[in-house]
Amino acid sequence: MKQFLAFVTKEFYHILRDRRTLFFMFGLPVVQILLFGFALSNEIKNASIAILDQSKDESTQALITRLDASRYFTIIKTLHHNNEIESVFRRGEVKLVVVFPANFRQELLHTNATQVQLVADATDTNTATTIANYAASIIRQYQDELLNEQKLPYTIRVENSMLYNPQLKSAYNFVPGVMAMILMLLSALMTSVAIVREKEMGTMEVLLVSPMQPLMVVFTKAIPYLVLSFVNVIIILILSVTLLEMPINGSLTLLLLECLLFIFTSLALGLLISSATHSQQVAMFISLVGLMLPTIIFSGFMFPIENMPKILQIISNAVPARWFYEIVKSIMIKGLGIDAIWRETLILLGMTVFFMGVATARFKVRLEG
Amino acid sequence: MNAVEVNNIVKSYNRGKPQALRGLSFQVQPGELFGLIGPDGAGKTSLFRILTTLLLPDSGAATVLGYDTVKDYKIIRRLVGYMPGRFSLYQDLTVAENINFFATVFNTTVAENYHLIKDIYQQIEPFKHRKAGALSGGMKQKLALSCALIHKPQVLFLDEPTTGVDAVSRKEFWEMLKKLKNQGITILVSTPYMDEASLCDRVALVQHGTILDINTPQGIIQNFGKPLWSVRSNDIYRLLNDLRAHDATYSCYAFGETHHITLKEDDFPIDIIYQYLQSKRHESIEIQQIKPNIEDCFMALME
Amino acid sequence: MKKSVIITDKLTKRFGAFTAVDAITFEVTQGEIFGFLGANGAGKTTAMRMLCGLLHPTNGRAEVAGFDVFRQREKIKQHIGYMSQRFSLYEDLTVRENIRLYGGIYGLKTNELKTKSDTLINRLGLNEEANKLVRSLPLGWRQKLAFSVAILHEPSIVFLDEPTGGVDPVTRRQFWDMIYETANAGITVFVTTHYMDEAEYCNRVSIMVDGRIEALDSPTGLKKTFSADSMDEVFIQLARKATRND
Repeated sequence: MKQFLAFVTKEFYHILRDRRTLFFMFGLPVVQILLFGFALSNEIKNASIAILDQSKDESTQALITRLDASRYFTIIKTLHHNNEIESVFRRGEVKLVVVFPANFRQELLHTNATQVQLVADATDTNTATTIANYAASIIRQYQDELLNEQKLPYTIRVENSMLYNPQLKSAYNFVPGVMAMILMLLSALMTSVAIVREKEMGTMEVLLVSPMQPLMVVFTKAIPYLVLSFVNVIIILILSVTLLEMPINGSLTLLLLECLLFIFTSLALGLLISSATHSQQVAMFISLVGLMLPTIIFSGFMFPIENMPKILQIISNAVPARWFYEIVKSIMIKGLGIDAIWRETLILLGMTVFFMGVATARFKVRLEG
Repeated sequence: MNAVEVNNIVKSYNRGKPQALRGLSFQVQPGELFGLIGPDGAGKTSLFRILTTLLLPDSGAATVLGYDTVKDYKIIRRLVGYMPGRFSLYQDLTVAENINFFATVFNTTVAENYHLIKDIYQQIEPFKHRKAGALSGGMKQKLALSCALIHKPQVLFLDEPTTGVDAVSRKEFWEMLKKLKNQGITILVSTPYMDEASLCDRVALVQHGTILDINTPQGIIQNFGKPLWSVRSNDIYRLLNDLRAHDATYSCYAFGETHHITLKEDDFPIDIIYQYLQSKRHESIEIQQIKPNIEDCFMALME
Repeated sequence: MKKSVIITDKLTKRFGAFTAVDAITFEVTQGEIFGFLGANGAGKTTAMRMLCGLLHPTNGRAEVAGFDVFRQREKIKQHIGYMSQRFSLYEDLTVRENIRLYGGIYGLKTNELKTKSDTLINRLGLNEEANKLVRSLPLGWRQKLAFSVAILHEPSIVFLDEPTGGVDPVTRRQFWDMIYETANAGITVFVTTHYMDEAEYCNRVSIMVDGRIEALDSPTGLKKTFSADSMDEVFIQLARKATRND
């Protein structure tokens, strides 16, 4: 036990004396949250749009007012003819044109089969999709209200795709993603680099020729990073709730426990990397390319997994961050409990045990195989 | 029982590359100060790593204090002290933090074995709050030695402890080793510096993974077997070429301000060499028979 | 009277309050093998860096190869060669590529470079290894090659920073044979080393203690002055006086 404490203390000295790394460890989460929360937001505010109203009735007027009133849109032009659409896009004046067909209200009330055409500038696909979604959501809302007023015997409920995040806040996507990224970075990268540094410095040689259990050398190195990662989770959560107005709808305890589990997964990956490498550079490279990239690409927070080709969807199953991302979203946003995420939790647990097992089996009690 | 026993150890790292160790055998008695002397790449570090259980030999066997380096590695790790070739302490920890850490790793405390390291540690104690990375070469060594000694090892392995350290620190270091030897600790030390051989009880001269000779330093010198002459003149570079050009010369090596030569025939009259040099217009020629040093012997054995 | 290629007059380097090199004054003549000794931290490296034009002196005066260390540092770099044990050749380039690289750095013409590398490779007996990676050569050969490359552009002075650490005695002799040959051809050799037996090969030796040159003479002269049997004893007598601890 004394040895254990001595090791952990020593590890903390290393970390606390390396000012740059320390700054990086605590600065990075803050910067990421702020960046993703504000600067890199895919929320669109006050997008310029144009209206082509061929009906000019009560309903289209109401809709136009609603669109203009929403903070997402500013109507800068009213078009009078179909052939004007292309030219406003070409001049880059607007991002979206909302086209109401003739007899809009009539058809809406009587046949319930009218349509609104949303023409978006798809050179920027993300923006186009988002804007179109916003507009669609406003129109659908109006439709719902209209249907309620009419007190029709049957109402058609349209599945609202903006469930749980009616304002389409991008923070809801980013916060769980950033958490996965930061934890991967801290726990896996830092741990592997710290262990490999002992090999590079030659101190591992001295520790191996000692009565210390060699595995203990490695595990004790992971402890400080476990603690620091957990502190980071708390920082991220506080920032998210206060600055980005993220809700924590589910159980905080469950959320923290799941984070802890993911930290263990990342630590296990870090140990695995350190068992296979001999230089800090290689360890860093493997961590960045082998862990960070898949985390960004396959966790689903940047690119929706459902839209990926089948093969990539299958690959994404092997990325721990994907499951963690699901879990965090379920707890924080949907407010779900363990009964809804036990499957993801089990998968993460399984991965952790597997990585830890391989890392332990690969660990060498000598300098070479 | 021998403190260390090495039987026909062979070690290679990569196929195609020459073997690092090509069947080495030797024994070290308890309490002996044993030197492993040879240039870089001779196999010294590989051998030390095998003896400290860090590497497995390809074939052959070795024991330390009677324990097998492969099977009983856990026991050996408790009984030996090891100082690797590079400075292997934590540069960002202070002197005191380093020594306390290693004491704990070895299940002991600095207070418990202070008497062992006292002589050495006292010299660095005034700097105990300084980071190890900021110490001078000589002091780093003293700290590393203190850390290797803190658990009272029975056998101490020191891999090139004096490389890159200035002459004063080297001298002090060997004085420390003498004291440790007097406390009964068996010491194996490797060095590329031939002049350090005379400070050991026995030495093995190693080159290309084989042992050229094992003996006491005096024994190695006595086995030189040929008269050795030291020659000097006013023009040392021309002298070297002229001596090498002479038919009777067997070997001629520069040794600072003089050249050391051996002749093909032991009873060849040295006067003839003297006259030859005079005919080559060398001035202030001095030739005298000298006792060979370890370096002369090493070069003779390399041939 | 041979001309001096290094002249220093009270050359000083201070880092803040710390005087690393304290008013050193000495001269080195053309074709001399000059040993520059000192304990760890005595100021050797700092002094050498100033002479190589890598570090700006605080005070004093110095000329290297006829150029001023304050104002003509770039000129100095063109007229000196440098080799250290730690870094000299690119291990992942071949013998020939290394020679070409260094020749290129010093602006040798293509034809000249071609002839020079052929002669060099021949002289070192590296014909079969010319297209092999430097990494695959034994340490001793690498050092000989590094030295030859350092004098490829025929500098006035070549600085050797602990050149022969760790090589076997025979290779070391071969290395010194090359040094003698170079000095004989008129190139001044400026060597730092920790190994006192190596100091005995030099024509003259200076010993630095705490930033000052405490002794400067031929090895024989020094041994006589300090009534010592070897340079080792001379050095220890002097270095023991040091008060600096790092």
